[in-house]
Amino acid sequence: MSSDDGSSKKVSKKPRYSRFTQQELPACKPILTPALVIGILMCLGIIFIPIGLLALSASENVVEVVDRYDDVCIPSTDQKVGFIKDPATNKTCIRTFTIPKKMRKPVYVYYQLDNFYQNHRRYVKSRSDRQLWNPKAEYSTSLCDPEGQTGDGKPIVPCGLIAWSLFNDTYSLSKNDAALQINKKDIAWRSDRTHKFSPNVYPKNFQNGTLIGGGKLDENIPLSQQEDLMVWMRTSALPTFRKLYGKIETDLEANEKITVTIQNNYNTYSFNGKKKLVISTATWIGGKNDFIGKMYMAVGGTSIVLGVIFSLLYVFKPRPLGDPSYLSWNKNPALD
Amino acid sequence: MKRYVYINDDNLASDIYCDNRISNRKYTILNFLPKNLWEQFSRFMNQYFLLIACLQLWSLITPVNPASTWGPLILIFAVSSSKEAWDDYNRYLSDKEANEKEVWIVRQGIRKLIQAQDICIGNIVWLRENDEVPCDLVLLGTADPLGFCYVETAALDGETDLKTRSIPSACMGIDVDLLQKIKGAIECPSPDKDIRRFDANMRLFPPFLDNDVFPLTIKNTILQSCYLRNTEWACGVAVYTGNQTKLGMCRGIAEPKLTAVDAMIDRLTGAIFVFQIVVVIVLGIAGNVFKDKEGRKLWYVQYPKEGPWYELLVIPLRFELLCSIMIPISIKVSLDLAKSLYAKFIDWDVEMVDPATGIRSNAANTAISEDLGQVEYILTDKTGTLTENKMIFKRCCISGRFYGNESGDALTDALLLNAVSTGSADVILFLKVMAICNTVIPVRSKSGTISYKALSQDEEALVCAAARLHMVLENKIGNILDINFNTSPMRYEVLDTLEFTSDRKRMSVVVRECQSGEIFLLSKGADETILPLTYSGQQVRTFAEAVEQYAQMGLRTLCLAWHKLEEDEYQEWASMFKEANSTLVDRESRVAEVCQRLERDLEILGVAAIEDRLQEGVPETIETLRKAGINFWMLTGDKMSTAIQIALSCNFVSPEPKGQLLIIDGKTEDEVCMSLERVLLTTRITESEPKDVAFVVDGWALEIAHKHCRKLFTELAILSRTAICCRVTPSQKAQLVELLKLCDYRTLAIGDGGNDVRMIQQADIGVGISGREGLQAARAADYSIGKFRFLKRLILVHGRYSYNRTAFLSQYSFYKSLLICFIQIFFSFISGVSGTSFFNTVSLMAYNVFYTSVPVLVSVLDKDLSERTVMQHPQILFYCQSGRLLNPSTFAGWFGLSLFHAIVVFVITTHSYAFEKSEMEEVGMVALSGCIWLQAFVVALETNSFTIFQHLAIWGNLVGFYAINWIVSSISTSGMHTIMFRLCEQPSYWITMILIVATGMCPVLALKYLRYTYRPSKINILQQTERLGIIEPQSRSSSDKDPPTLSVYEPLLSESPSATRRSVGPAQRFDSFQSPSPPDSTHTRKDN
Repeated sequence: MSSDDGSSKKVSKKPRYSRFTQQELPACKPILTPALVIGILMCLGIIFIPIGLLALSASENVVEVVDRYDDVCIPSTDQKVGFIKDPATNKTCIRTFTIPKKMRKPVYVYYQLDNFYQNHRRYVKSRSDRQLWNPKAEYSTSLCDPEGQTGDGKPIVPCGLIAWSLFNDTYSLSKNDAALQINKKDIAWRSDRTHKFSPNVYPKNFQNGTLIGGGKLDENIPLSQQEDLMVWMRTSALPTFRKLYGKIETDLEANEKITVTIQNNYNTYSFNGKKKLVISTATWIGGKNDFIGKMYMAVGGTSIVLGVIFSLLYVFKPRPLGDPSYLSWNKNPALD
Repeated sequence: MKRYVYINDDNLASDIYCDNRISNRKYTILNFLPKNLWEQFSRFMNQYFLLIACLQLWSLITPVNPASTWGPLILIFAVSSSKEAWDDYNRYLSDKEANEKEVWIVRQGIRKLIQAQDICIGNIVWLRENDEVPCDLVLLGTADPLGFCYVETAALDGETDLKTRSIPSACMGIDVDLLQKIKGAIECPSPDKDIRRFDANMRLFPPFLDNDVFPLTIKNTILQSCYLRNTEWACGVAVYTGNQTKLGMCRGIAEPKLTAVDAMIDRLTGAIFVFQIVVVIVLGIAGNVFKDKEGRKLWYVQYPKEGPWYELLVIPLRFELLCSIMIPISIKVSLDLAKSLYAKFIDWDVEMVDPATGIRSNAANTAISEDLGQVEYILTDKTGTLTENKMIFKRCCISGRFYGNESGDALTDALLLNAVSTGSADVILFLKVMAICNTVIPVRSKSGTISYKALSQDEEALVCAAARLHMVLENKIGNILDINFNTSPMRYEVLDTLEFTSDRKRMSVVVRECQSGEIFLLSKGADETILPLTYSGQQVRTFAEAVEQYAQMGLRTLCLAWHKLEEDEYQEWASMFKEANSTLVDRESRVAEVCQRLERDLEILGVAAIEDRLQEGVPETIETLRKAGINFWMLTGDKMSTAIQIALSCNFVSPEPKGQLLIIDGKTEDEVCMSLERVLLTTRITESEPKDVAFVVDGWALEIAHKHCRKLFTELAILSRTAICCRVTPSQKAQLVELLKLCDYRTLAIGDGGNDVRMIQQADIGVGISGREGLQAARAADYSIGKFRFLKRLILVHGRYSYNRTAFLSQYSFYKSLLICFIQIFFSFISGVSGTSFFNTVSLMAYNVFYTSVPVLVSVLDKDLSERTVMQHPQILFYCQSGRLLNPSTFAGWFGLSLFHAIVVFVITTHSYAFEKSEMEEVGMVALSGCIWLQAFVVALETNSFTIFQHLAIWGNLVGFYAINWIVSSISTSGMHTIMFRLCEQPSYWITMILIVATGMCPVLALKYLRYTYRPSKINILQQTERLGIIEPQSRSSSDKDPPTLSVYEPLLSESPSATRRSVGPAQRFDSFQSPSPPDSTHTRKDN
């Protein structure tokens, strides 16, 4: 009886055996054999080059017209900044270009800014998302300095540098002298319209200060319908960016002449920024972008080259794996 | 400092000394939070993170929500605080249980039941059989008429045998009822932690006795946490209570040990910190320059014309915050988790369970497993560590006649049996000394068989052997001792016991034969302490030769001697002995001095030889570990010849011609230094030869060498791979460890007894063998194992894996932090050097805490080589020892990898998400996803064995990443609202991910393949061998495994000066020399 007790005690003292505790879980232990590595590289090449071609052709199919107008739409004086800041000057500017290839609808109209730091630390933080959604939170402007409140302490809605510097160039397009309708509905993200910019918040005290930044807002239209503002407030991570201006819901034929009447209001001259008008179609990879296709081709090509080199090395300079004679202590018993 | 305890005085005492409340707690409820936080913030890393977190509260400079640092910081602090709190709570519970245990004490002359915590100094405590002793007591009375009681001290010193304790002679014969009213004073030292000493005096007040002072020793005490056994009741007066008991004083918080890996990680962290500061300064200056040159032109940013005074600091501080993630906040938590798992693996390992006793291995220190893989020196005790410490009486030499030489076992030697049965006087006297001269307690079981409880294994062996030769120790009640020789009983009265100490190396008893009334002194001890004490006429040569001969067989020898005393001679001495025993100051040496007076003119009866067998698997273990490049030093208290013999038989030193023994000896400073220089010269010369050179040194020479020729000795220590140090004391053992540590070697000390504790605590890693000498060593140690042979597995399997895993884990932690930090830095160049964060708060926080820490944590299950392969090729440990897997150059590799990957992610993201797709949140999320994908593949490429957990963690983590982001994306108030859904719908997102992975991993794979195939490391070769199933040529291993045909019982080395060089036996020629010209002797060898 007592011996029975003793033995059971001993067993319980012993650690329980399991494959986990003994570190003996079944494991797959791959090693880098030539076949495996060369196989992986070859497969990579074989898969990547077609994808690259596909992406390139998709990018090739995108028809894109880019027209830089900031340098043309201004009198060639030294007083560019003065001209653009003066509200009295006539800033209308007319540009024409031809469509190189047929553009299927929808055709997107973008404006592109170069050298514009929407990602600047001071800029990107200067907004109040609470204020945009909650009508009662119009005073939550603490993050918006220096465009939080007017001089006499009234809250600015929408506050902050981002909203204040709203892009305000306008474009009107015409094809063969017939006005081309630009649809400015649904250019912003749907989630912004439904969850970020409230239908109950109206612009207030906006651009009323002494310092006028960019565009003004109609105080009778709720924020949820101010789609230009929404697009603008989706800040860009890169100093060169395009933002959607509108969509053209008709096909544009090749060689058609497009005339654009531009109101050149926005000041990019003080910091040498460029402004471009972009008309483009889109495919499954988005707009025109050769980068992905080229990278795929490059990576695929490199891995095939590597695969071939490795195969040649394997054939001409074979080296048996795991040859115990490579172990130095097998050659010389006194390992030091 | 002394303390005075007044027995049974209710008015006094309680205020002066603490009550018996035991408290092992570190904290109280009130001081927990401040104290714990203070402790945590005393570490540099934590201070750094706190500073960063505080800086983040300043909204002007914080790039992200402060939550990204506060969240993980609070989590980490909460985890370690709650761990501390839980430990402390458990300590509180066990304290409470001990404190509230009910005990009987005497108050106002009445026995009362109170809680243990209310015991005051001077209270009389009553204990019954099997009660735990609640505080340190001085015995006053027991149920035994002779005033003895038995205690089990396992909780105190780990020794499982019963110890006898006796009441002081002053209390002898006091009636039980009177005991309750006893009054008196005890003068005792202030509380200390020496559990083997209690030098005190007691005086009883009238009416009990006159003013005589009685000495008290540890024998008169029963200490806290002991158990009363085999005694109906006992009572004693409390002298030390609460945390001031001997046990309480022994409790100490061990200094945390820092592993080499930890030190390296700290160094790398420091380097990264410097790098970070440089980056911050450069970017800060660049940012301010850009602001003045370009920033002021950006009208939409509205830089004020005049900034506040700190304006110049704003941008550098922003970058400091952006770059603060360079030092991964998660590394400490990851490493702690990994380390506790390593420790658990050691605890769980069924292959390290001693099958005989069921004792399993235990990692008491969970923080130093990596160091096991980096051990360079092992310092080992001999007895009980290499040997079984299971003593068996094998041979003896009685009055010049050798017994047991033919059969190898004296107990079956017909000559001896014959001598016993014919009643040869010498033999019977020899047996009597064997049976009487000891502290063994015979315990008679119900069935009538006698078993012996002994402190010393040697004594038990002797008593058992005597019993086999019909000299049976039957009873020991108090001072009366019954032995039975061939059914004729004899009774002796033990008058005094002259105890064994490690300095005296002998013990004696003074007994009176009850029949004749004659008094004898019976002694036993080591030869060098007994042989010089003989009376002038006796020839000791035969005994010296016997000792020599036995020692060369690896047997332990004890000389037995006796001396007849005259009555008055004894009485005179006894009073001196009593006086010495009651001194308070330096009692031990006084007693030793008095003992010396009696232990003279001995007549040597004979020499007993006791065998201590090698533990199973010791030679193989040592051979394997030596192949792994670990150097062994044997530190033993034993004789030189015994030590050398054991060293030979367990592969410690190789037999000639492969090995060579160099002996450092000498009695004076000059001799030792000369000898040391010679040895050093030989070692230098033979260094180039493939030859094992070992030096042998004894404690005396070691002391001199250590004091006077330290430099030479240190050099020798570095050169020599093997050393045997004999006759060394515990403090010398610790000194040697210290010496090797000063030379920057990782040392592991292994031992089993109390004399190894200092060495174990001193070494980088202390391993204790839970053996027969008690648990003292195992308790002080970082690891405790059941048998020496488990050391092989502990080091080669657990140590090696731990090191490899930690090396990967820590470097990977830096890799992933650097990766995301580099991307932030690149982004700052396209965001006007203004310190904008590329990633949002949620991503940054979750990146360190979830996305990247889970996959890497399963690397604690990774095994680069199977255990079998490592055991077959222990040389592979070299990679760990020399730190090949974690050092500045491997770290530079990871640094480069993170830079390359950051470039890949950043360039591909910003180019494929350009123009109309360049929305901030989206681009940030694409880059983050790129990092997550890349790091999954990096972990996969670095993983050697994929178990189900690896797959789950690596690929499951990717799924988890998307799940978390989908959840966050569905919260409308978060900045990330809908981002992840939008991205997942875009084909360009997925092809960007594939592109990032392929671009990032292809070069890594190609490089790794080239290295793996054309410049493989030894680990790679073994991996290939193991996994491709290549069978190794067997010739090498078979020749290696062929054990050198060693027979332990052949003399190898003589200590006699005439035989300076002697090679013995064809199988194991062993070259050793003591003094002649060394270069010569290395080349001249005798071949038989």
